[in-house]
Amino acid sequence: MDRFRSHTGTALPLRRGNVDTDQIIPAEYLKRITRSGFADGLFAAWKFDQDFVLNSPEYGGASVLVAGPDFGVGSSREHAVWALQDYGFKAVLSPCFGDIFSANAGKSGLLAAVVDLPAIERLWSITEADPATEVTVDLVDLVVRAGSWSATMHVDDYTRWRMLEGLDDIEITLGQEADITRFESSRPSFKPATQLPPQHSPQHRGRAITSSETRSPKAVHS
Amino acid sequence: MHSSTPRILAEKVWDEHVVSRAEGKPDLLYIDLHLVHEVTSPQAFEGLRLSGRTVRRPDLTLATEDHNVPTTDVDQPIADPVSLAQINALRANCAEFGVRLHPLGDVEQGIVHVVGPQLGLTQPGMTIVCGDSHTSTHGAFGALAFGIGTSEVEHVLATQTLPQVKPKNVAVTITGQLPTGVTAKDLVLTLIAQETTSGGQGYIVEYRGQAIESLSMEARMTICNMSIEWGAKAGLIAPDDTTFRYLRGRPHAPAGVDWDRAVEYWRTLVTDDEATFDKEVVIDATTVTPLVTWGTNPGQGMALGGNVPSPDDFRTEAEQAAAKRALHYMGLTAGTPMREITVDAVFVGSCTNGRIEDLRAAADILRGRKIADSVRMLVVPGSVRVRLQAEDEGLDIVFKDAGAEWRGAGCSMCLGMNPDQLAPGERCASTSNRNFEGRQGEGGRTHLVSPLVAAATAVTGHLTAPSDLPAWV
Repeated sequence: MDRFRSHTGTALPLRRGNVDTDQIIPAEYLKRITRSGFADGLFAAWKFDQDFVLNSPEYGGASVLVAGPDFGVGSSREHAVWALQDYGFKAVLSPCFGDIFSANAGKSGLLAAVVDLPAIERLWSITEADPATEVTVDLVDLVVRAGSWSATMHVDDYTRWRMLEGLDDIEITLGQEADITRFESSRPSFKPATQLPPQHSPQHRGRAITSSETRSPKAVHS
Repeated sequence: MHSSTPRILAEKVWDEHVVSRAEGKPDLLYIDLHLVHEVTSPQAFEGLRLSGRTVRRPDLTLATEDHNVPTTDVDQPIADPVSLAQINALRANCAEFGVRLHPLGDVEQGIVHVVGPQLGLTQPGMTIVCGDSHTSTHGAFGALAFGIGTSEVEHVLATQTLPQVKPKNVAVTITGQLPTGVTAKDLVLTLIAQETTSGGQGYIVEYRGQAIESLSMEARMTICNMSIEWGAKAGLIAPDDTTFRYLRGRPHAPAGVDWDRAVEYWRTLVTDDEATFDKEVVIDATTVTPLVTWGTNPGQGMALGGNVPSPDDFRTEAEQAAAKRALHYMGLTAGTPMREITVDAVFVGSCTNGRIEDLRAAADILRGRKIADSVRMLVVPGSVRVRLQAEDEGLDIVFKDAGAEWRGAGCSMCLGMNPDQLAPGERCASTSNRNFEGRQGEGGRTHLVSPLVAAATAVTGHLTAPSDLPAWV
């Protein structure tokens, strides 16, 4: 992950609350197995509306998304983060994020910063009055600035540290492998494993089911 | 750890799984079970490959195919090449990394949150994750279960752990008993309507009280399943004899001495009397009635006996704007009695309501009746096992005789990424969990309902409670 300290760019005012991840990227786009190339799916359904703010040429090139409360609620799809990044967004500001979206953003290097509603509304006014306004999101000082105006942002300490340093989460955890191994040695024996016990061996569970056959319970469970 | 301090259930499970704890850092939690499906895993496996890592505990990992698979002609090759490529990627990844997979056509295939419990892999006191927000379903067993994104899927595959910041705790106490004809689905929709889609934000929920204790495991799963719909990280119910009865004898349940040891431990998984929650919500079950959503988020619900609300009914400007948008998308006029809303489709299924009890409830309404000519009804079992059980009980005949489609197992019309979708403008009464715009297909309109309301609605063609139906002749 690249280090993120501060970013300056124009902003897109998205005057909507409760933007769920199905809106950020509809399920149809989730069939792809790549980690990039999702820009075309961003707000795919809303983009049909010519008046949708993402279609306004004056906001072309915006890299800071300023959204209403409860942004990114719903489905866990990290594709929502990837779509925003692929489209060119570096940061999303909202008074409140869906839990999983927020975690996904932090892992992928998209800044999801909490900014209170009055400040969000102010940013909407500022950027609607002048779409060319440069907005700075400063992760070092936890401040968002637009001209002479500024407001505080909130990002949890751990995510902030990782983003500032550009650290890979998995690498950090693998540094504690001895702790993990020690923990594993003390797990109770009654905890389940996904390998089947002998009476449910693979040849007994691998029976194929077809769409049209008539089946008897005996045939299935034998 | 902390054995002398009174703790709530979620804290007990959390503390049991702390691999390491350090000031100013999230706890590193051990994950007992990692469930995997085709949609949120390919990039995670690719990440492992790129970094030369392996799956640390394939023996604590289970994969199934559910989201993008068709629910008809399941013995035929998948027609959509993009879906097929994703399924093939899962199969290749599971083979390469040694992960057990139940593919389409296998008797254990089904929706990941139906498969885990029915195999007995979901047990009290476990930590369970999956790249799917409805992982909260497993909390019905007193497990700490939550949805994660693809980066976290990769993290769990590589390390069998996750760094997690401890959320706050909320207790939802349901007093009294649900009236006849009112289900767990109505209860949870009522809760979400009351608390809004963000009321649980930052919390783990514990559902408790007389009404919860009286519910079957499957009904408890319906409740916990929708925890995410009011923003909660996870939802738990303390395990009890109902839980143990459900588990005993399942393929992966402990046996012999292990069973006794497990039950002894599981009985400790209750919130201590003196422990306190950060927030408390109380609902009187006796006041709950069949609930239907009218809008485009699960918090926009209304009693079936009510009328479509007007934007003016809402307090804040934002809520008014959201209601206006939702009514426009849903093609509804304020003041219309909910019962007069006609539907084109009815969907019974999903990880919320695709288990055997849900199918029995729907079949009980449809037995000896026909669905309206104007309605297409899909009945989709949550797993192949559920399908076979239903067929053993003759429920498939009931559905087919009524004019419904009896299909194979999968997520189906819950999420619009397989062939089962609404056409633009079509309206559906659905037992699934999300009524977001386009959720069931681009331009589709969703009303979330219980299986009972779904079946009754299929009969009349408009939103209907079972009690509205004339008695059988």
